[in-house]
Amino acid sequence: MQPRIADTFAEAFDMSAARVVITAQSPRWARIAAESMTGFATSVIGCKVEAGIEVDLTPNETPDGRPGVSVLLFAFDAGGLGQRLVDRVGQSVLTCPTTACFDGLPEAHERVAVGGLLRHFGDRYQSSKFLDGRRYWRIPVMEGEFLVQESFGVQRAIGGGNLLILARDQAAALSAAEAASDAMRSVGVILPFPGGIVRSGSKVGARHYKKMVASTNDAYCPTLRGRADVTSALPDEVNAVLEIVVDGLDREAIERALRAGIGAASRPGVVEITAGNYGGKLGKHHFHLKDLTS
Amino acid sequence: MITLTLGDAPAVPLEAEVLSPDTIAPLSLEEIRALPVFLGKRQRRVADFFAVDGESGDVVEVHGDLRRVKWIGRGMSRGVLRVRGDAGMHLGSAMTGGSIEVSGDAGDWLGAEMSGGMIRVRGSAGGQVGAAYRGALSGMKDGTIVIDGSAGLEVGMRMKRGTIVVGGPVRDFAGLQMKGGTIVLRSGAELRAGAWMNRGTIISLAPIPLLPTFSYAATYNPTFLRLYARRLATFGCAIPFDERDGAYRRYTGDAAVPGRGEILVWQPRS
Repeated sequence: MQPRIADTFAEAFDMSAARVVITAQSPRWARIAAESMTGFATSVIGCKVEAGIEVDLTPNETPDGRPGVSVLLFAFDAGGLGQRLVDRVGQSVLTCPTTACFDGLPEAHERVAVGGLLRHFGDRYQSSKFLDGRRYWRIPVMEGEFLVQESFGVQRAIGGGNLLILARDQAAALSAAEAASDAMRSVGVILPFPGGIVRSGSKVGARHYKKMVASTNDAYCPTLRGRADVTSALPDEVNAVLEIVVDGLDREAIERALRAGIGAASRPGVVEITAGNYGGKLGKHHFHLKDLTS
Repeated sequence: MITLTLGDAPAVPLEAEVLSPDTIAPLSLEEIRALPVFLGKRQRRVADFFAVDGESGDVVEVHGDLRRVKWIGRGMSRGVLRVRGDAGMHLGSAMTGGSIEVSGDAGDWLGAEMSGGMIRVRGSAGGQVGAAYRGALSGMKDGTIVIDGSAGLEVGMRMKRGTIVVGGPVRDFAGLQMKGGTIVLRSGAELRAGAWMNRGTIISLAPIPLLPTFSYAATYNPTFLRLYARRLATFGCAIPFDERDGAYRRYTGDAAVPGRGEILVWQPRS
């Protein structure tokens, strides 16, 4: 039986995004650097940045002709994103054997310095190359040289698109969410949470702890159903909910991902597919599920 | 495309900096014929030496024995300039954009102080390719020069940015007082390559004599060379970069300055 598609919308926000292309001697080391760089980057609330692996790249698709991985990073503004880029490229890519790091948004007008700041690690032993209007820094390291582009492009983007998968049990919810996250991964989007799936959906603020910025989404917690102080949003037959959050470079990329996710998650054991929003008051990007499935 | 065909080669140098798409593109054939050139110290008209044909546009083709015609394409910023034959001194000097193709040889000061664009010479070039003029602090500041044949003295002297590739052997003082940029010597060079270089990279695919003021650093395959290999492959120039084929011996210098330049000498895997 097909799950119900709720007549609601996912509410998403303006963000700034950068694309980082990491290359290495082998796909394995490019992937290791990318996974390290995108670690602890699930939510801007707690991590100051949301990041994930976009796609693996063949040698023909990278600037230096080596295997690579494309990573997307999202933050509230370009300034914050620039800081996170310097931190993460510096700690996770510079340190990783054989890697090099390139800007994946060369057409973007807004630029943030990355190699231009990381070069100081070279302690004035660094040098640069200027090729086709772009500067690349060569930072001497114990294994040879780390090559990193001076600046990275930043573009307007959208973060926080989401799906909520309401299922009869935990196994059905996980199976559907896994299928959805696999289907949603594509060029232009990332799913920043572990495995693309989040079980701890949140609401803004908290009822009982005033200093909390976000707290558990009690309306979607099955174990809280029936409590007097909780207005549950769950049908009776729902016993597990998983959420998929998607950030994208543009609206079309998010729509494509959400559409693929709804299709893949529509499987036995799933009761309803809905989405999280704040009544349309916080984010200006609304993705109506009915529009995506019509 | 506008075609200019030189009649008899001039007995003394002909200075013809008007032979550039920037100057010619907006003009009618009659206006082009009336453009000034200088035969020695005398001002003459283009039509006194060249037959002018074709339709106005950003592509200019010059035919004939142009070895005594100087300053062709000086300061050009756009379009395509083709020289069918040999070109004289200062070809593409101070150019900022566009491309120049020479089917024969080019004289001294090819692309001197250029800051953009592309020059391709199918034959050989003279000395001071991409160099700074006497008394100037900086030579070539960007752009690419590719010479299939050999080149003369002081290639890339005081160059700051950009890329020079020479297919054949190069004479003395390649990269003299170099400040940046990249020189690729596909067949090596004679004496004193990199003398007084401050920064920049000289890549030699053949063994070259090194000054004693250059110190061996390491043998490796720089990642940045892969970017150059990909870029230069579009011009049909291959640079080895794969460790399965060999590696580069890196020498730093010139310690006489003291400088932070480098000479990378390719060592094929034996």
